[in-house]
Amino acid sequence: MKKLIMKTILAAGIAAIAMPVTAKTELQWWHAMGGRLGEVVDEIATNYNASQSEYEIIPTYKGGYEDTMTAGIAAFRAKQQPHVLQIFDAGAATIINAPGATIPVADLMAEHGKGFNSNDYIEGVRNFYADSAGKMIGMPFNSSTPLLYYNKDAFAAAGVTNPPATWEEFEAIAPKLKAAGYTALAQSHSPWILSENFHSRHNIQLSTGNNGYDSTDVKILYNNDHMKMHWGKMKEWLDAGHYGFFGRAWGDNQDAFVQKKVAMWMGSSGSFGGLKKSTDFEFGTTFLPYWKSIIDEPKSTFIGGAALFAMSGKSDAEYKGVADFFAYMTNNENQVFWHKETGYVPITTAAYEMAKAEGYYNESPDAEIGILQLSQPGGEWTKGYRLGYYVQIREVMYKKYDDIFSGKSSVEKAFSEMESESNALLERFAATYK
Amino acid sequence: MKRVQFEHSTIPYLFIAPQIAIIAIFFIWPAGQAIHQSFLLEDAFGLSSQFVWFRNYVDTIGDAAWIQAAWFTTIFSALVTFLSLGIALLLAVKANEVIRGASTYKTTLMWAYAIAPPVAGLMGNLMFHPLIGDLYKFFNAIGWEFNHKLDSFDAGFVVVLIAVWKQVSVNFIFFLSGLQGISKAVNEAAMMDCKSPTRRFWTITFPLLAPTTFFLMVINITYAFFETFGIIDTTTGGAPGGSTNTLVYKVFQDGFRGADLGGSSAQSVVLMIIVLALTIIQFRFIERKVHY
Repeated sequence: MKKLIMKTILAAGIAAIAMPVTAKTELQWWHAMGGRLGEVVDEIATNYNASQSEYEIIPTYKGGYEDTMTAGIAAFRAKQQPHVLQIFDAGAATIINAPGATIPVADLMAEHGKGFNSNDYIEGVRNFYADSAGKMIGMPFNSSTPLLYYNKDAFAAAGVTNPPATWEEFEAIAPKLKAAGYTALAQSHSPWILSENFHSRHNIQLSTGNNGYDSTDVKILYNNDHMKMHWGKMKEWLDAGHYGFFGRAWGDNQDAFVQKKVAMWMGSSGSFGGLKKSTDFEFGTTFLPYWKSIIDEPKSTFIGGAALFAMSGKSDAEYKGVADFFAYMTNNENQVFWHKETGYVPITTAAYEMAKAEGYYNESPDAEIGILQLSQPGGEWTKGYRLGYYVQIREVMYKKYDDIFSGKSSVEKAFSEMESESNALLERFAATYK
Repeated sequence: MKRVQFEHSTIPYLFIAPQIAIIAIFFIWPAGQAIHQSFLLEDAFGLSSQFVWFRNYVDTIGDAAWIQAAWFTTIFSALVTFLSLGIALLLAVKANEVIRGASTYKTTLMWAYAIAPPVAGLMGNLMFHPLIGDLYKFFNAIGWEFNHKLDSFDAGFVVVLIAVWKQVSVNFIFFLSGLQGISKAVNEAAMMDCKSPTRRFWTITFPLLAPTTFFLMVINITYAFFETFGIIDTTTGGAPGGSTNTLVYKVFQDGFRGADLGGSSAQSVVLMIIVLALTIIQFRFIERKVHY
């Protein structure tokens, strides 16, 4: 009896050792999609694993965007990097400039026979994670763009019919909303919405060196008259009770909209699903306002969110799997599924057409506004930006905007400090690659 | 004879070896890495790197944000140490005098000890939330135009309040046991000489508590420097305008969020030197005044 048990254990042991030889090639995917988004990621992975027998993609949630990037960097330094790493917009320069940290997605797809044409991707998505020649380095994954949400009940109470298309119109309706008991506006991300996309919307250059795409040796151009005019207005609106500032946290400002303290809120095109659930009033979605005094026809905004990068140092067989998974993830069915489940925009024109053909935008027209805004005509400065230590630069921006709002600094002083502190960071970043 | 001596001396080394190994692995090796890294400018992935001598240190000391954080850390640590020691001492003295329901008071006062700093921060965050926070509403209702999202004094108030609240219980436990260690005979003898309880406290009890107070001061300064990280991270995140940023939090922001390894290593080396200097000062100059 004892012998039999021993034999069984031994056999099981041998089987266990032998197993991996026949098993699928495992592909690690580290991502920053928490909550419901994480569930959708898991669902895509499960579906992919069931769809073929060669590869197994294993998604792992690594925390927020910064945490995921840090985890990926630490793993890379220890030669334990995942095959696929999700990196957010502000971290793009960090990974793309590191020589040989990642395999450009355009090369990866072409090499493994998946074919690749960046023109398949919608205008605002195409260039953000590309190099200066337009070759895509990262595969855009969760893409969103800033939009304006407005409370229709509040507008009716104030006797305002249309949401503001321009900031000039905003100034005209803000006092009416105030009279109806609402602060006119709040927003959830000053650098993304009212700095980076402010430049894109008004087609203003954001930094030297082609917005940072051509070189790391660049200077930031935020200290310009348009920005100073806008932020001077922001301070005026704050003091007049037309703008509500609820701190830096995304959620606190969104809550102010949900709780009907503010009549309009600027957030992400991906926010509408959550708003639909949490609001008990009817709201509308519209394009990001622009200054008529700066530009007659506003340009497209660019995307926020993150992209997937194929990390270097893996075998050819594994890259074949990564390419296969990328192809699966970007096919029309999966793009439409991702779009509907999360509110992020589909990244290919074909997927967008498919969602349209299915009649999705007839039932939820809000879902289309982000894509429409991204598809507006582009300009010279609408493809994005590529700036080093941009996480720290955003930190500088947050601080200077706080100083403007609290009255600690004049607009002039805040922007001049923002310029010098950001340039010091850019200079440090450039010195790393000399 | 020699052989015996040799055997004699290895055994103690064996006993301390685990401790030495822990210090080497968890302190000396990482500290050495930090010092090495602080002389480099390196991309986050470690693929290209330059030896830049003291550039990271020069950039650190010259950075307006670092200087701001250094000032705030100094003021914050002084306030947190002084207030949490003062309040804990007062509570310990009072609790020590209570006869009925003494253990209830003591347990209640010790409770907060079990709460981790980030959790304390999250609780504070809820209480000071601009839309739903009770304390936020209360302060505004009594005429204080409280807005910690924009006012740096108010933000400092929030983090000091939470940090002190969290630390008082630890200090309370130590002060209470210190007080209970003072012999009754000493107090009774003092009562014959002096009628005023306040004077008795300052001339008899407080000096006898000095070893406890000194120990707690060292612990509290370390707490204010390092452990309040969780509170800052979950409440203000250094806002508004960087006015509540501490040196440790800045190391985290630049190194872990911003992937600037050289810069944040230089910052942590400077921080290490500051803490070392503080510890030397404490033991050299203050400990001399303590009688055990």
